[in-house]
Amino acid sequence: MSIQGIQIENLSKRFGEGDTAVFALKDVNMQVAPGEVVGLIGPSGSGKSTLLKCLGAVIDPTAGRMVLDQQVIYDEGWKVGDLSALRRDKIGFVFQSPYLIPFLDATDNVALLPMLAGVPNEEARRRALELLTALDVQHRAKAMPSQLSGGEQQRIAIARGLVNQPPVILADEPTAPLDSVRALAVVRILNDMAKRFNTAVIVVTHDEKIIPTFKRIYHIRDGVTHEEVGEGRLPT
Amino acid sequence: MISLAGRDILHAWGKFIFTGVGLGLLIGVTLIMAGVYRGMVDDGKVLLDNSGADLWVVQQATLGPYAEPSSVPDDIWRSLLTQPGVAEAANITYLTMQIERGEDDVRAMVVGIAPGGAGTLGWPRYLVAGRQITRGHYEAVADLASGFQLGDYLTIRRNQYKVVGLTRRMVSASGDPMIFIPLKGAQEAQFLKDKDAILMQRRRTEANPALNRPNLPGLLEAVLASQTTNPSVNAVLVRIKPEYLPQAVAEPIERWQRFTVYDREQMEGILIGKLIATSARQISMFLVILAIVCAAIVAFIIYTLTMDKIREIAVLKLIGTRNRTLVWMILQQALVLGAIGFVVGKITATFAAPIFPKYVLLLPIDSIIGFVAIQLICTLASVVAIRMALKVDPAEVIG
Repeated sequence: MSIQGIQIENLSKRFGEGDTAVFALKDVNMQVAPGEVVGLIGPSGSGKSTLLKCLGAVIDPTAGRMVLDQQVIYDEGWKVGDLSALRRDKIGFVFQSPYLIPFLDATDNVALLPMLAGVPNEEARRRALELLTALDVQHRAKAMPSQLSGGEQQRIAIARGLVNQPPVILADEPTAPLDSVRALAVVRILNDMAKRFNTAVIVVTHDEKIIPTFKRIYHIRDGVTHEEVGEGRLPT
Repeated sequence: MISLAGRDILHAWGKFIFTGVGLGLLIGVTLIMAGVYRGMVDDGKVLLDNSGADLWVVQQATLGPYAEPSSVPDDIWRSLLTQPGVAEAANITYLTMQIERGEDDVRAMVVGIAPGGAGTLGWPRYLVAGRQITRGHYEAVADLASGFQLGDYLTIRRNQYKVVGLTRRMVSASGDPMIFIPLKGAQEAQFLKDKDAILMQRRRTEANPALNRPNLPGLLEAVLASQTTNPSVNAVLVRIKPEYLPQAVAEPIERWQRFTVYDREQMEGILIGKLIATSARQISMFLVILAIVCAAIVAFIIYTLTMDKIREIAVLKLIGTRNRTLVWMILQQALVLGAIGFVVGKITATFAAPIFPKYVLLLPIDSIIGFVAIQLICTLASVVAIRMALKVDPAEVIG
């Protein structure tokens, strides 16, 4: 079966052994199609971050299967060899804080990923400028992170997540430090970019302002997820 | 691919420059220490070169005048001239002493040179001002480092000498400037007793019935005369004929004349292997300590710089930066820091060397060795920071 976007089946993650074992995730199932933006919400300690780390190929699940853009990443203990390259080429990350590299200007912060993948500098910068233009921060292309506002930094972080056109973007509370106007702007950008680049976007959040914007939401509590249909109201 | 290390250095250039300057001063001291050792070796070689000798004839079973007291009769040079292979032979004395210079005094090696002219064994090989000694008494040629000027008078024991010539790079094995005076004056300076001592010795001799016999009226005068003369020099310098080997000439002198003879190679071995060996070990210890301090400083700075970037390193790892890229970034920074330090150190050493009282010889090969050593030290020093960077968990930036 050909799976676009991302799909996980019966994914579990256990920390510790024997009596001290704790299951952070228990048989989690999830599927996000290309171009779709879904929310992942839950209280603190529910397993959100653990799930995000598994989806981001940062930690290995104990059991289950994960398929990303038709490629099996984990399958009951087996995993692909080069997770670092996988993250670089197939997963885009957007964090709560932008975490831009302070010694690179806005363009090179975005262009760094394709450069790491071996794309020539000029081509990488051209791609970065295209994205900065799409996100309306092209006028700040040469600015250093310390010279950018919080909103500009977050848009550049989104551009960085998108620049390699990954099949999936994982956004970890991307609107937490923003006011409601800017938060909704970021969600709008993520939706636009998901459609434009046919990317599956998973947004981890407990930001009440943006929860109504998702058409599908995964709730997670005590390591167990359940899916519900969201309102899908994205103000224009 | 852009240079992450280069961008980081440009971003925090002040930190790098100031750290590099601090490190550079330390490297400068290290280079100067190496230069001091080279200077000591060079002083020894210059001393031998300037004597113009191929062989040194010295008192039996001594290491010669540069290392130990040596006394040989001042007339054996004539018999040495009869030996096969000997082209030239000349007496020489060496005496290191304090010489008054105005209100101050200067430590100098007084060299007694045999009568002759420019080119005679032991004479200063060239002058930078004035002329060579032409009289048998009371004239001197001084090294510039002694601080004496043409026309100055200097006092050695009871006699005054006028400086008639100036030379340069004529130093003892310990770097003291040389002052050349005629041999007779130098012999007196070295062996002649003061007036009171002569008087006391004369009284003792007169009181000795074995030496003051009424039936031998000339005996006492002869004994007293022998006590007040000084028929010794420290060594005889020998130049051999071109077609002879030093050892071939030295061997019959040692066997038949009962002296010890050193050739150039042996004398260099004594100067470098024995005279400055302790100083060389001392300097080596300093160099080792300075290298360790350099390594500690670079390690601390690179560690601190890496600690400041932990979050960025975690992000870089999360977005797929390979470990080797991160290792290269940290290593490059350490190497650049070492390079900045080396340039500052080299400039510091070059400008500071002439100020030092002892000769500091900065050889290009030492600079090359220093540069390679610094880069090796920086590479080793970055290991701690690299290990830390490799341990950074990319998951830190999630959640």
